[in-house]
Amino acid sequence: MANILEVVKSQKLTYEQKVFSLAHMAEDTLDVLNVPEKTSYYFEHNAIDNLFEGSAPYRPRYILPDYDKFVKNGSEFLQIDPPKDLDELLNGLMILYRHVPSITSFPVYLGNLDKMIDPFLEGYSDEEIKKKLKLFLNYLDRTITDSFCHANLGPEDTRAGRLILEVEREVQNAVPNFTFKYDPDITSDEIAELALYTSLYCANPAMVNHNLVKDTYSTDYGIASCYNILPVGGGAYTLSRVVLPKAAKLAKNVEDFFDTILPESLQAMGDYMNERVKFLVEESGFFESSFLVKEGLISKDNFLGMFGIVGLADCVNILLGEKGKRYGHDEEADDLADKIMNTISDFVTKFPAIYSPISDGHFMLHAQVGMDYDKGVTAGVRIPVGDEPESLSDHLRHSARFHKLIPTGCSDIFAMETTAKNNPSAMLDVIKGAYSLGVKYISFYEENGDLVRITGYLVKRSEMEKFKNDQAVLQNTTHLGAPNYDNNKLKDRKVRGV
Amino acid sequence: MIKAPIHKIIPHSLVDGPGNRTSIFLQGCNIKCEYCHNPETQKILTDTSDSSPEIKWMTAEEVFQEVKKDIPFIRGITLSGGECTLYPQFLEELFSLSQKAGLTCLIDSNGTIDLSRFPELMETCSGVMLDVKAWDQEKFKRLTGGNNTVVKKNLKYLSDIDKLEEIRIVCIPEEVDVEDILKGIKATIGDKISDTNLRLIKFRNHGVIGRLKDTISPSDAYMNNLKELASELGFNVIKNYI
Repeated sequence: MANILEVVKSQKLTYEQKVFSLAHMAEDTLDVLNVPEKTSYYFEHNAIDNLFEGSAPYRPRYILPDYDKFVKNGSEFLQIDPPKDLDELLNGLMILYRHVPSITSFPVYLGNLDKMIDPFLEGYSDEEIKKKLKLFLNYLDRTITDSFCHANLGPEDTRAGRLILEVEREVQNAVPNFTFKYDPDITSDEIAELALYTSLYCANPAMVNHNLVKDTYSTDYGIASCYNILPVGGGAYTLSRVVLPKAAKLAKNVEDFFDTILPESLQAMGDYMNERVKFLVEESGFFESSFLVKEGLISKDNFLGMFGIVGLADCVNILLGEKGKRYGHDEEADDLADKIMNTISDFVTKFPAIYSPISDGHFMLHAQVGMDYDKGVTAGVRIPVGDEPESLSDHLRHSARFHKLIPTGCSDIFAMETTAKNNPSAMLDVIKGAYSLGVKYISFYEENGDLVRITGYLVKRSEMEKFKNDQAVLQNTTHLGAPNYDNNKLKDRKVRGV
Repeated sequence: MIKAPIHKIIPHSLVDGPGNRTSIFLQGCNIKCEYCHNPETQKILTDTSDSSPEIKWMTAEEVFQEVKKDIPFIRGITLSGGECTLYPQFLEELFSLSQKAGLTCLIDSNGTIDLSRFPELMETCSGVMLDVKAWDQEKFKRLTGGNNTVVKKNLKYLSDIDKLEEIRIVCIPEEVDVEDILKGIKATIGDKISDTNLRLIKFRNHGVIGRLKDTISPSDAYMNNLKELASELGFNVIKNYI
């Protein structure tokens, strides 16, 4: 109860942030999930972690509505007719976004914005469109006060896509994240270079390897939240994670890790995730009551559970500590990492997950990016910040090797020298090379920019400063970003000159 | 294979040509520019025992093994210096290996070596980024200690064989006769200026030793005027003018 009063009286939280915290606290007074003793043991030691999803799931973690269907049909529930012009489209989307829940209570996926907008542009000048886009994007940034929100662009080169990129550079917003779906066979070099150039001004958009990930599901895919690759018309029920370095610390040695700790952690987490999905589907009433389901914008059949892993690097470095071998630098360390990943992947691709036809009755592996409270836990399969290989080529080859087994998203982040702005074609060459080797997702930002990518989401340095000085700030993610920036020493991220 | 003195290899270079490239800097230059940013690369070494910790004598094959590490992230290689055309045979060997690996091969040159003497090298070379440091002979001499007759010859030759990747002019008021250079280029290569890249580089005294070390950079207004003049003359692709 003391905590509740603390939230009520806080001067660091906005009103909205207080309401969400209080709702979360109320949910956590419930005890509806069956958690066996062994599972509790691994939770207590933080070898597995439910990411504070709450103890009584009543909405899926990530929802990716089929916005094309909304544009075509409108919404009976929201009393919106199908849009006939650009104003009606943007207004309709603004209304709909407000009603798309998620773990953060904000929409985590806003759709393929360029493709949705492009058919409505005829008859408007570029300046007229940019004015409308600017109002639309600023509305999103100021009302979706959480950076775990994503809009998609590409892979085609469209007028709408170019104008969105131009406006993005101007408005410097943290929300939404943008990802450009890049495919060298479809995307023109011109718009790809414009996208990369834009990213050096506002850390958006990131680039996903479209050709490699487009067939992940039988439905179309979207990039949601940080960089999660999920089915459109569905999404993710839940995401829990195995915190590999914490599991490694429980192991007596490498054999014990592989024979006991890792298999028990995986089993405990698989069972726990099924338990969450079961409650959400069978008892929460979400899929029976949501208009998104009734109007066909989402379907239970298009949801899956994301099986997260985090801190592969730190885990390997702990297990090989005595030998002094390091992930990303020594072959023995990388081979061990490969063995760990294959063990986990084998488990996940066999373990039966309930209510998951879109993923053939299994969970799918995800490279979780870390939490604000993590220390000594590197995002997903990344090489720790400050320990990056000298050679960018070596770094990217390493990424390609470890992105391979992770279908629902993993990424790398590169801080770039200012001079990169003069030659975006150089960055595009890096992307082309990396994607030909199997790298799935890359984001860039400029070393001195205000917007900095923390793990997958964006935060403004200026806002982090305010928060550290005990001032209330607009975005929830600034609360997460500020400690993460310090804990993970992000200011030490290696700056690449290409 | 012969060996050449390698001053430095930059695996990923943003600034030396189109796309991402590996830049290879050869040691030794035949002129001494007052505004040289890398004066330590000027000294010409004559035999392989004459080296320093920074400079490695390497064969084209050895250099190519280094370049290979950055495929497929690079579009090509750029040979710079010093003055890399002092080593035409080395360049030809390196270019022929690189071309087979699908890389484009560019030369960054001060233009004082007559490139028409090396037709086989020019065969394997994708293009030359040519410095035109001054048009007036006296100004050129005062700035570099050399003679620009061959630079003008190369300008015509490279344009004729369609290997003029880019023309570079470092702009310093009074010191460099930029206006005359632009007009001189037009008189030399004619209509081809419309699809020849022009880079007007603002002088900066960073790293400069000697007479120009305290000279300040020209203003943006000065650079903009030059850009306008170049456009009026018919240049279409003008880069990095401020």
